Amino acid sequence: MQTLTEADTIASIPSTSQPEEQPYLHIKPSKGWVSLQLRELWKYRELLYFLTWRDIKVRYKQTVIGAAWAILQPVMTMIVFSIFFGGLAKMPSDGVPYPIFSYAALVPWTFFAHGLGQASNSLVGSSNLIKKIYFPRLIIPLSSVMSGVIDFLLAFAVLIVMMLMFGIVPTVNVIWLPLLVLLAMVTSLGIGLWLSALNVEFRDIRYIIPFLTQFWMFLTPIVYPASLIENPTIRALYGLNPMTGVVEGFRWALLGTDTAPGAVILVSSTAAVLLLISGAFYFRRMEKNFADVV
Amino acid sequence: MGDIAVRVENLSKLYRIGAKQEGYKTFRDSLTDAVTAPFKRVAGLLRGNAAAAANLNETIWALKDVSFEVKKGEVVGIIGRNGAGKSTLLKILSRITEPTSGEAKVYGRVGALLEVGTGFHPELTGRENIYLNGAILGMSREEIKRKFDEIVAFAEVEKFIDTPVKHYSSGMGLRLGFAVAAHLEPEILIVDEVLAVGDVAFQKKCLGKMSEVAGEGRTVLFVSHNMAAVESLCQRVYVLENGSLMFTGDVLKGLSYYVSAGVISQDSVDMLNHQDRRSAMTPVLARLRVSADSGLGTTSFRLGETVVFTVDIDPGTAVYAFASVNIGLYNHIGQLICKMKSNIQFTEELRISSRDSISCHLEDIRLVPGEYTVAVSFTNGKDVIDWVDKITSIQVLASDIYGTGQTERMNTGYIVPRVTWGRAEEVAKSR
Repeated sequence: MQTLTEADTIASIPSTSQPEEQPYLHIKPSKGWVSLQLRELWKYRELLYFLTWRDIKVRYKQTVIGAAWAILQPVMTMIVFSIFFGGLAKMPSDGVPYPIFSYAALVPWTFFAHGLGQASNSLVGSSNLIKKIYFPRLIIPLSSVMSGVIDFLLAFAVLIVMMLMFGIVPTVNVIWLPLLVLLAMVTSLGIGLWLSALNVEFRDIRYIIPFLTQFWMFLTPIVYPASLIENPTIRALYGLNPMTGVVEGFRWALLGTDTAPGAVILVSSTAAVLLLISGAFYFRRMEKNFADVV
Repeated sequence: MGDIAVRVENLSKLYRIGAKQEGYKTFRDSLTDAVTAPFKRVAGLLRGNAAAAANLNETIWALKDVSFEVKKGEVVGIIGRNGAGKSTLLKILSRITEPTSGEAKVYGRVGALLEVGTGFHPELTGRENIYLNGAILGMSREEIKRKFDEIVAFAEVEKFIDTPVKHYSSGMGLRLGFAVAAHLEPEILIVDEVLAVGDVAFQKKCLGKMSEVAGEGRTVLFVSHNMAAVESLCQRVYVLENGSLMFTGDVLKGLSYYVSAGVISQDSVDMLNHQDRRSAMTPVLARLRVSADSGLGTTSFRLGETVVFTVDIDPGTAVYAFASVNIGLYNHIGQLICKMKSNIQFTEELRISSRDSISCHLEDIRLVPGEYTVAVSFTNGKDVIDWVDKITSIQVLASDIYGTGQTERMNTGYIVPRVTWGRAEEVAKSR
């Protein structure tokens, strides 16, 4: 992307003999890795709000059951899992009824998987915007991930109802829940940034995403408990998949499973943050070509 | 230095356009290539060379070493043919894409309008789209709220403001889109061809708003194919050709440069190998000669003189049974002033089966003094067989036809009709 330099921060303009007015914008080719321009991103926060709001508003237009889709998908998956894995395969579930064991994992997972899918296709889907107007492109995948929050809240409400039905009282650790949601969001965005930037040039990505989410789901302790892995070192390494931390954290905070995710959470958070930072820089590096190739 | 709004220095933009085809030698080659190509591409990708990975080898310079300065408050028209680089220049200045080399310094807040209604969502209502579109164009929520009523009034969609935009007519959608954009208040406004859409009334309204903006002392960069709009709005004109800036200067000179670019005023021009033949034409028109009534070749005529156009036609082996030769005259800003068609007079069939010459006597030329470019087309029945633009130009010189010496008063409008002025009673008596 062009290097945008605000008049007040500019330092690299060659000074001529007479004092030259500092340009509001300095447009020139960028080379290599470029800064994230977080300050500019902040300036465009209202656009982020409006795009997120648009995605939420439009998502269930012209559907019959509307926002019920947000609930239906994880609930149906939970029922299927409960029948096959919980009922037939007798999968252990850390002493919690299997339906709520799997649903507590499916709620953050669905949020993550949806955000990932939406964000990855977001740039290609917004090609008309990208070709016609300038704004920090990071806003597009960011708003895609954020627009999933409403769906998450709806699915979460069902989780609360289920907990009441099963008579499960959340532990005090529930205060960590917002941070766990944030962790899911960071992971989703991190991967989404990588894939959306790649997807602009290589539409292969679109076909990879369904596989990726499917494999990733089985690499995440959703249908089975992470406690199946007994070696604590290996279990911590398992946290390299940030969703392991999220899912185990949800169960720990809400259902009181004893797999206190100390080391796992730490590894997961680090992995997620690395994903996000690398994704953001890669995105910014590729950004200059978006309008030309999308 | 404080009076510069935009300074562009050696701006260039290289586009990669599609793959270079390599001929396969053997089936085995093509088979191995099909296997190795994905790996090569992935390798290219890992090296950070995305273009190589996407197999885009052919390149084209959309802009090449363009430099200019726009002063604050200037309204500049950027004209040129399709593919001349106008839109690329605007896209770079509005930061949608990045230049390949060179730089631009912009001294002020930029508002770019490359399309009307960018980001409109058909499922959202007019009200919602105003907020969304406003935010996309860079307005704050407060700003939009403040101007909301004004925008709705300008777009004339009060009744439908809470109706989803997908139920709007295309005209309403355009009006709403333009209305939002028109209420942007940037210091530098960049506009691309937005006036080319919509009905005449809408275009007029847009043009009115544009001149209002220009009149407020804001800097405007304006791309258009509508020469009349450029003439009425802009003070200066930049002419782009194949990515290079060919002309900068006063609007009338620029427009006539653009209209007559490559036109040499000659009294006898070969049309058979002419560069301005329209595409997919059969070269039938062979030569155009322009002469005075006396038969003497010339391209300068005094008001009231007779212009003789002679068109040589070489049909080759074809036979045209319902031929018509048509001569068009265009003024300095490319507007068609008149079209003279032989089939208006020859209502019988005009059969052309061998080399032939058709002449047209334009008697008593009454066009406003100035330069006019000539185009000739050849039709048969309803089909256009051949059409050559910008063949030559003729000059119409002022002439003291009334013997009053007031020739400088003949330069407004399009024609200088033959008139008689006088007190109504006296004129009626004398006629």
